[in-house]
Amino acid sequence: MLAGHRTWIFENKPVIISTGTVGGPFEADGSIPEDFDLLHSDMWIGQDSFEKAHKILLDEACQKAIEKAGVQKEQIQFFLAGDLINQITPTSFSASQLGAPYLGLFSACSTSMEGLALSALIVNSKGANYVLTGASSHNAAVEKQFRYPTEYGGQKPATSQWTVTGGGVALLSNQGDGPKVTSATIGKIVDMGMSDPFNMGGAMAPAAVDTIEAHFKERGVDATYYDLIITGDLAHVGREVAIDLFKKHGTTINEDQFVDCGLTIYREGQPVLAGASGAACSAVVAYGHFLNRMKKGELNRILVVATGALLSPLSSQQKETIPCIAHAVSIENGGA
Amino acid sequence: MSNNKKKKLTPTQQEYQQFANNREVVKRPLLKNCIKAFLVGGIICVIGQLISTFYMYFFKFTEQNVGNPTVATLIFITMLLTGFGVYDRLAQFAGAGSAVPVTGFGNAVISAAIEHRTEGFVLGVGGNIFKLAGPVIVFGVFSAFIVALIKTILIQWGGL
Repeated sequence: MLAGHRTWIFENKPVIISTGTVGGPFEADGSIPEDFDLLHSDMWIGQDSFEKAHKILLDEACQKAIEKAGVQKEQIQFFLAGDLINQITPTSFSASQLGAPYLGLFSACSTSMEGLALSALIVNSKGANYVLTGASSHNAAVEKQFRYPTEYGGQKPATSQWTVTGGGVALLSNQGDGPKVTSATIGKIVDMGMSDPFNMGGAMAPAAVDTIEAHFKERGVDATYYDLIITGDLAHVGREVAIDLFKKHGTTINEDQFVDCGLTIYREGQPVLAGASGAACSAVVAYGHFLNRMKKGELNRILVVATGALLSPLSSQQKETIPCIAHAVSIENGGA
Repeated sequence: MSNNKKKKLTPTQQEYQQFANNREVVKRPLLKNCIKAFLVGGIICVIGQLISTFYMYFFKFTEQNVGNPTVATLIFITMLLTGFGVYDRLAQFAGAGSAVPVTGFGNAVISAAIEHRTEGFVLGVGGNIFKLAGPVIVFGVFSAFIVALIKTILIQWGGL
């Protein structure tokens, strides 16, 4: 059901019956290693290219989710996923292995929540019983695509972010146990004229604020309704800007309940500068860490707002600004 | 950002730029970076000088021709450091200090070659090896040409 202009309320409450999260060596060394189903000690994962390793991350995340739900691979009716590599090939190769009908998504680092919102819509409208959705990214493959060669010695500014190596997927169904997807707000492109690809947090913050405020208004709730409002990868710079923007707009939001996946995944002392980013960032932290906390009962209602900077290496070399987006999905325990 | 570019932005965008960019973290610590670059760049040059002295002392090199083996040795060391993943970490600390000396140029070539090995030798390594170093070569040769042209003109007609 549409509420307002861009919020869907899912009255049939699709259930996240299981999740699968996979990480790399840098994530294993981070602050939430116990929230991953599988961690690799090798960036290559025994493959001969980083792109192949990238595919394996998503493959394994899908396998874990399917295995944990106790369903068969053949029961998956749709697969909605994406990544950051040219023409999202790692995801397509992974989908070929899975064999399910596939919708490829590109929404940069907000792919995870775009996928979850669309999957929830499919399940809610009885378009399918089992929908698998997720996102993945591989640090070295993404750096190669968007920035410099991995071993190139370029000094990064303090505002730049570290791409997560990992894959996170969620399996949605219309029955079963688990946290429920209750609503989703689809983001609009917000372009504040920022053009520095090394400060994506600062560029994405207005998009996150726009979507969160629209969500509150259209769903008729305020920040106190949620235990946590989790942004995807705003990192230090973006989070700070977003908090100031909320203050400026007069939206009350408690700083303690406003957390960021990009600041959750790594520990202090890891050389990540402003924080983490990448399509896998919101996917692994939301589906791993925060859903685990929901299952333990520590959290009851969360709003995950995955933020994406929809730039390409070409557009940034042509000095174009960065179009940004944020998609919000609310996940709640119980029936309410 | 130039004023010309700022004009294209709407007032809301300009206001946000002011709002988001006037933060401590967004500004680069210029003085600190300069000092770090000076120290690391200086150390690399000292190492280069030691290598030069070594070649002159133990081999038959003179001050005029010791440059070539010294550069080759420095680039060889860079190659090892790049391959083992050390050079990019040093660069994050040093900035221009490790980018400006010949080792930085070596790193730019070597890292691109390693990165694109998966696309094959011809289109991968061959096509991308000068991806980062190419502009340096192009504008280096071009500016050398301009300077030589000016010098020739001055000698021919300026009576130098």
